[in-house]
Parts: sequence; structure tokens; C-alpha cells
Amino acid sequence: MGEVMLSITQLNKSFDTAGGQVKALHEVDLEVQEGEFITVIGPSGCGKSTLLRIVAGLDTGYSGSVTLEGANIAGPGIDKGFIFQEHRLFPWLTVEKNIASDLPLNRPDIRQKVDELIELVKLNGFEKSYPRELSGGMAQRVAIARALLRNPKILLLDEPFGALDAFTRAHMQTVLLDIWRRNKTTMIFVTHDIDEAVFLGNRVVILEPRPGKIRKIVPVDLPYPRKKTTNSFQEMRLRVLNYFEKVDELELTDGAGI
Amino acid sequence: MSEGIEVIIKTAKAVREAHDYSGTAPKVASNKVKKTAPIRLKSLLSDWGTGAIIPLAVLTVWQLAGSAGLISPQFLPAPLSILSAFAALTASGELTHHLGVSIGRAGTGFVIGGIFGLLFGVLTGLFRKAEYLLDPSIQVLRLVPHLAIAPLIILWFGFGEVSKVAIILSGSFFPLYINTFMGIRGVDNKLFEVARVLGFSPLQKLRRLILPAALPSMLLGLRLSMAVAWIGLVVAELIGSQSGVGFLINEAKQNSNTEVIFVGIIIFAVVGKLIDSLFRIIERKLLHWRDSYQG
Repeated sequence: MGEVMLSITQLNKSFDTAGGQVKALHEVDLEVQEGEFITVIGPSGCGKSTLLRIVAGLDTGYSGSVTLEGANIAGPGIDKGFIFQEHRLFPWLTVEKNIASDLPLNRPDIRQKVDELIELVKLNGFEKSYPRELSGGMAQRVAIARALLRNPKILLLDEPFGALDAFTRAHMQTVLLDIWRRNKTTMIFVTHDIDEAVFLGNRVVILEPRPGKIRKIVPVDLPYPRKKTTNSFQEMRLRVLNYFEKVDELELTDGAGI
Repeated sequence: MSEGIEVIIKTAKAVREAHDYSGTAPKVASNKVKKTAPIRLKSLLSDWGTGAIIPLAVLTVWQLAGSAGLISPQFLPAPLSILSAFAALTASGELTHHLGVSIGRAGTGFVIGGIFGLLFGVLTGLFRKAEYLLDPSIQVLRLVPHLAIAPLIILWFGFGEVSKVAIILSGSFFPLYINTFMGIRGVDNKLFEVARVLGFSPLQKLRRLILPAALPSMLLGLRLSMAVAWIGLVVAELIGSQSGVGFLINEAKQNSNTEVIFVGIIIFAVVGKLIDSLFRIIERKLLHWRDSYQG
């Protein structure tokens, strides 16, 4: 840690809808250090996915500045790994070919890295399996390996474990922390699960909706590996929950694009 | 013997599957067990055998009626006399010759029509401008029955090979065109986002995403094009030709040689089916990754 990896200043973003302009993000400021694990949490419609997509270069048409290692974000690219809520693997490719995707698997250095990543995400024995043969958690691990193969400066995860059951989700959180500990990749992880946010993040960014803006950034100074059952974890969880509940009592908002 | 084992395995599997839904397990399981007898019959006949029941029954009744003199052989020759006509035509080498000519024509027309269909389909599928320019005209032409323009083609190109191939290709162009276009437009937009995030170049996008994703549609188009080429062939050969299976039928008609007409029809059916099966094997090989309902 130390160097600033990502810098977001005065970020504003609006969408044109049938009912007029909707403000998705309002004056968002955030600085992410190299190697930091940031979790972003907020109710539906708070713009957390939009924020992540802007950093990825997938969404444009915003005002303010977003820079990665000092350079403006020109568009999507392999320096910004992105994990979607669904695994989005290519169904016609095997696990190892999905990880390699456009890179030639017969090149020795790529082959070696793919093998290492399969080891890292614990998918040994499934190299030749097709996505339809994998469980949700396994498929999501393939997606993570696919992003990591490209050595991204930052890994952006948009509710990646949202569709998984509680046990698989807990397991995946451990796997992700393990990857983070070994690779030291900077992470921004969007979730709507408070436990997940506190369990994973160095800092928890709490967003509030309409317009989406940062309510509070809570540093989580608990050592890793964290245990969800400890008092200190529960205290931290309550602190976050307190801020979170102030966000207009979790009102149900329509038009939330998760 | 092995079929018996298969039944046991199938039943065991069914019971196991039923038990996965613990709540409804007992009821579902007993239902499955009751079904054992029909399953045994079915597996004895096998899937292929099931499909053969109706044709075999028809053939038997037909032959019996023919032998009993209930049907005039001029009107409907019995299966065995058709078989002997088939043997005679094969022995003389006539059948092989005509079939070879027919397959050559259908193949040429299909390949040329298919290449154009694929090319235009890819073009209009990939580029909105190309779609706006070409698709309306192609759709208008598509709705003209391609056999209706056959007389025009003959007027232009005469009775030679060119017009025959032209008739066939004018038909086989459209299925592949439409299915290629639809296949490309049907590619999941979410995967395009992945391609952007992974930094695919336009060429990689085509090769790594669009073509594999559109392949199921394209292969379906290929099969449909093949079928249309086969139909076009008959028409092309019935209108003035000196060789081919269609010619064989036409000539037999003039000589009131009903058996040979049947031989020609059966050849069209069997060879058409064989080619279609070949395409299906290719399809299964290429699309084994698909996760769709298998029936």
C-alpha cells in the first residue's frame, strides 16, 4: 500500500430515462491505495454498479475525473479486471480455454500461468470441463482466474457472489481473500451484504441513493483472517449497519439496475 | 442382455433422481417403478426401432395387397418389384451414374448458394449499414418461391448445367443467409461486454465470440439450405435434362415405368436423409458444449 491506484474526484453521472434525467451519482470522491481492498455497499439504486462500470470504462458520459495510476480512463481494457454478477463464461470453451480466452494456451508462459491460476482458484481436475458442468461458485472462480491472467492493476467485482448460496458465498469470500493476500491486487468489491463488506474490506464505502453519493467511508481495522463470530467483527458490523440504516430506512426504489 | 442391464441402470437412476427431491420422493419413486414394463419394450426396440415401426407396417400391408392383386402394378407397384427395378438399375450402373450427376449438381449449387448466403449473412449481421442496404431487397427476393423463377432462369441460361445450378443456388442461398444473420444478432450482449473488458480486437471479437456463438444457428441454416438444394434439384432435373435422378423419374413417367419412378423417389429420400444425418453428426460434434433440452 501507499501509492494512489485509483482517484475519483467530483464524479457526477446522470441517465436519461423516459421520465427525464435521473441522477445516478452525485459528487463522489474516492481515493483507493494500491493493494487496498475496498468494499462498496448501499441499497438498490444507489449507483454502486454505475460507479464500478465507470471505473471499468464500460459506462461513459460522466463529469468529474476518474484516473487509474494518474491516467484518465479511456475505455475498458485488461488493466481493469471486471467480474460480473453472472460468470459470463464462453459456453463453448472449456475452463482452461475460458481463462485463456483470446490468449494462446499453447504458449508455454500462458500455459504455466493458467495452470497456476487454476491451482489458485482451486479448480484442479476441471480444466477440461465446460461451463454447463460447473456449479455457480466454480464458474465464478473461473471468471476470477480469467481476469487475473491479464494481471489487472485493479479488480472490479460487481456483486460477484450475489447469486450464490450462503455456504458457497462464505467459501468464495475466503478464496478471494486468499487471492488478494497472494497477488496483492487492488480490489473494489460491490455488494449489498453488510457481513460480506465488513469481512472483506480494508474500508467500507457506504452509498446512499437518489442521488447516489457517499454517506460514509468506514475503515475496518480488524486483522485478517477475520472471523464473523467475534465481538470485534460484530461491533464493526453494527457500526456499518448504523450508517446503512440511516440511508432512508432501506426504501425500496424502482429502476435499480443491479 | 446389455439392454436388460440398461433398463436396470435407467430405473436405478430414475429412483435416485426422484430421491433428490426428498419431499416428494416416495410418490415419484413409485411412479417410476411402475413404468418399468414400457421402458423395457422401448429399449428392446431401441430409438431407431421405434422410428421403423410405421414404415415397416406400411410396407408389409402394401406388399401383401400387391401380391394379392388388389392394386394394379401400373398404379402402385409392390415393394418387391420396386426392389428388383432398383437392383436392375444398380447392376447396369445407370443409377450410380445418375445419382452422381445429381449429387454433383446439388452440391455445386449448394456450395455456391451457401457461400453467398454465409457471406451476406455475416455482412448484414455485423454491420447495421449493410443490413439497411441489403436486407430489404433480400427479403423481397426470399418471398418469391425460387421455383417460380426457374422458367426465367431456363430462358436466360438454356437447358444446360448453368441453369440447373442457378435454380439450386437461388434456393439454398436464403436459409443460410437468414440463419447466419439471426445467429449473429442473437449473440448475448453480456458476452460483448466481456469481450470489451478482455480487450478483444474486432477480429478477435468475430472469431472468438460472434462466430462460435452464432454457430448453432448457422449450422441449422446449413441443413435447411441443403434440404432446399435437394428440392431445387428435382425441379431442375424434371425440366429438360439428359441425366440425373430427376431425369430418370421423368423418363420413367414417359415410359409408364412406375417402379423406376419409385426408385427415384426413394433415392431422393434416402440420400437426402443420409446427407442430413451427416450434417447432424457434424452439428453434434461442433456443438457438444450446448446445455439445452435433449428431449
